[in-house]
Amino acid sequence: MTLSGSRGGRAARPLNPLTWLLLPALACLLATWLLAVPLRVAGLRLPEPVFAVVLAFAWALVRPSLLAPFALLLVGMVLDLFWGAAMGFWALSLLIGYAAVLVTRPLISGQGYVVTWVWYAGTVLLVLGAAYLFTMMDARVRPSFWAVASQALVTGLLYPVAGRLIDQFEEADVRFR
Amino acid sequence: MPFRESPLEDLKVPLTWTAGAAVGVAILVAAFMLLGDRRDSLDEEAWGSIRNGFDRGAAAAGSVLAAPVRGVGDGFEWIGDYFGAVSENRRLKRELREMRQWRDTAVALRDVNDRYGTILRLKTYPEVPMVTAHVVTDARGAFNTTRLANAGTEKGIKVGHPVLSEHGLVGRVVGVARGVSRVMLVTDPSSKTPVLVDRTNARAILTGDGGPNPRLEFLRGADPVRNGDPILTSGDGGVFPRGIPVGVAVKGLDGVWRARLYSDRSPIDFVRILQFQDFSQLANQPGLSVTTVPALAAPVAAPVIPGSVVPGAPAPGAAGATPPGAVAVRPAPTAAAVPSRPVAATPRPRPAATAPAPVRRAPPATPTPTPAPVTPPPAAAPAATTPPATPG
Repeated sequence: MTLSGSRGGRAARPLNPLTWLLLPALACLLATWLLAVPLRVAGLRLPEPVFAVVLAFAWALVRPSLLAPFALLLVGMVLDLFWGAAMGFWALSLLIGYAAVLVTRPLISGQGYVVTWVWYAGTVLLVLGAAYLFTMMDARVRPSFWAVASQALVTGLLYPVAGRLIDQFEEADVRFR
Repeated sequence: MPFRESPLEDLKVPLTWTAGAAVGVAILVAAFMLLGDRRDSLDEEAWGSIRNGFDRGAAAAGSVLAAPVRGVGDGFEWIGDYFGAVSENRRLKRELREMRQWRDTAVALRDVNDRYGTILRLKTYPEVPMVTAHVVTDARGAFNTTRLANAGTEKGIKVGHPVLSEHGLVGRVVGVARGVSRVMLVTDPSSKTPVLVDRTNARAILTGDGGPNPRLEFLRGADPVRNGDPILTSGDGGVFPRGIPVGVAVKGLDGVWRARLYSDRSPIDFVRILQFQDFSQLANQPGLSVTTVPALAAPVAAPVIPGSVVPGAPAPGAAGATPPGAVAVRPAPTAAAVPSRPVAATPRPRPAATAPAPVRRAPPATPTPTPAPVTPPPAAAPAATTPPATPG
């Protein structure tokens, strides 16, 4: 059986799901848990980025996968449980971002650092915009613009983590370069 | 037979399209979960057991991390106290001067209040028991602001209990398991709390939006609120008791009235969970079903209403037993035994001796000692049974 995405000349080297899916997901959840400690210094709280957006962006860019969307679904469900959101709230928001990156993947692949960062920022806005919409539909209230903007800002600053994940694995499978 | 030599060798699987289909399936699953979740219901929903189990694990893990972090936070606070000692001292002295004036006012008002309470025989709410707990995790995002506290069902905490810090209202319990409760803060977009403006008694709904200062919505009347007005819980709806301090009113940059929360003054690491459910728990439910009649001037034989029971008389069907739903009619207690009725300035004329006596409902239980309904002596005149009348 051959895959339509394979290109002749170089052998396919499938990624190990443990290294590109499981470990980053666990690291993301660990970071979320660490930043959820009730610490306040000089009246300021710790930031609370949505680490899982990094996964949604990087996994879609590394390669199309059957496992990645379901891994993202699981990560989103854990976030829903951890943050006390409605079940499916973060899972759906993250998957919307993942789908958007997957569709636009041919446009982003091979672009420079800044362009990819801008694309990542767009993904952050899309994910948080979806969460904004779902909150409006569920609670009949508009979330605070400044609260959403601050969360989007700290999440957007996580691009170096996403870039590192992409650099680490995008060369692993030559079929999807 | 090796796979490469099988008839499926030439089968080409469009992985990109298959991956797209996987995304679609995952999105559908997530969408169905979101639509099917009934988080707004206080009842145990389908995900309730999973949430409770997860919360127990998260609280246990959070406790491990929260203890050293709390120490670090205390260390920063200890250092900050040195830098702010002078200004803090001045502020505290100013507040102390104000508080002394308030103390004198409060003593005078308490005296007047006690007199009014005695004269009017007002019912006040009894003390509500509370549980103290540590906060072990803290979700602060724009969409969900909840915390886990390390006290749960083993301490009698239930969903809906109000949660306070040492400064004021924090939120309410939305999930509880053994050893852990999930507290939804008043800043959560799903949180709606009935409040009042202390100065004008104007009602509003405190609506969280994920920001630090929730909105005051549905304010009515002319000039119902001004900057700095204290905001308290109104007790409307019975979820929160009346009078819990919430914050002060401020006008946001967007022109919307908001509340600057008292609980935001310091880190919320300890919380008090009030074991308060609603006002119905304050009433003596068996007492509400008992009706009493005032004393008659002369013994009068009155018709017996079917279903009513006269004390001392054999009940229909079962000897001495009150059938369910029956109204137990008793002779009237003395005037001192009816504490809940206001004392009129001019005594109302007593009913004619032959007229059927109105039925009074027994007062609900109050913190002040409430006399039990007077049981007639065995040799008392037979009591009249009348249809229940609306009190007052």
